[in-house]
Amino acid sequence: MIVEYEVLVQLKKEVLDPEGRAIRETLTRLGFSGVRDVVVSKRFHLVLDPGTPSPEKVVQEIAKEFLANPVSQTLQIRRLDA
Amino acid sequence: MSTAGSNVRTTPTGRARIALLQFPGSNCDVDCMDTMARHFGIAVTPVWHSATSLPPVDGVIIPGGFSFGDYLRSGALASHSPVMQAVREFAKMGGAIIGICNGFQILVETQLLPGALLQNVSRKFICQYSSLAVERGDSVYHRALDGMTLRMPIAHGEGRYFASNSDLERLTKDGRILFSYADATGLRTIAANPNGSARNIAGIVSENGRVMGLMPHPERATDLLMGGSADGLEVWRAFLASFT
Repeated sequence: MIVEYEVLVQLKKEVLDPEGRAIRETLTRLGFSGVRDVVVSKRFHLVLDPGTPSPEKVVQEIAKEFLANPVSQTLQIRRLDA
Repeated sequence: MSTAGSNVRTTPTGRARIALLQFPGSNCDVDCMDTMARHFGIAVTPVWHSATSLPPVDGVIIPGGFSFGDYLRSGALASHSPVMQAVREFAKMGGAIIGICNGFQILVETQLLPGALLQNVSRKFICQYSSLAVERGDSVYHRALDGMTLRMPIAHGEGRYFASNSDLERLTKDGRILFSYADATGLRTIAANPNGSARNIAGIVSENGRVMGLMPHPERATDLLMGGSADGLEVWRAFLASFT
């Protein structure tokens, strides 16, 4: 069976996200006054070969070393196929 | 006020050996090579990103542009190019490296310099002249540029310098901030900060003081015909002065 993971990468809470702020401001202008915050994240969908040894570890390494920059970003990993 | 030319220095000759990295999407490479040839008589060796080694050189230039289309994050894909392993080793040996704009982004992604360069607060691509105050520090670049305020163009969408508070403290305490966005008199004001950079930071140096990263483009301020400033030559002189 194919092994699939989702990696979500977004800016840390304390880092200003200009894109999210622009979207929030526009939502307010459109009348959605209750929207307190918008956080934009990037989603990576990883499809691994079936039988990949320790897929969780592989995905963690890919995400930490490459997909996210630990200086400014946080990441979440979720298995999709299980 | 520009202070370019106020310090008389010996212009280095064509003996210096410099490599310049080229990635798919580099676009300030030719300007850098032209500056070296025209003003300093140095024939720079271009090195394609897939190279696994550097020629024997005194210094490495990482030029600006949009390497790999800025995919993933600015500089992220380039930082994993084969040539960057050779650059890491060169840096470890104390080699002189200058990373300009996208080159600075590549250096932080490679972790040869701390911090990150994020989207400008204004969300705009900013292309303008900025005044850069030279900060206090002990690096060879600080010494060469001591007391100057330089006028150079910036041109970036992602130049907002970010680092953890502890990294910012360390950079400040250790005198590793090289350039700060300033007004024309050299004052670091909020108004002079074009992109929301922490502490107005426009350029920093590595712990050993040999790796310089900056968002402004010294290669675009090398001739008065190019828009009124040749202050970038001071940065190149500082870079060359670090070779000896």
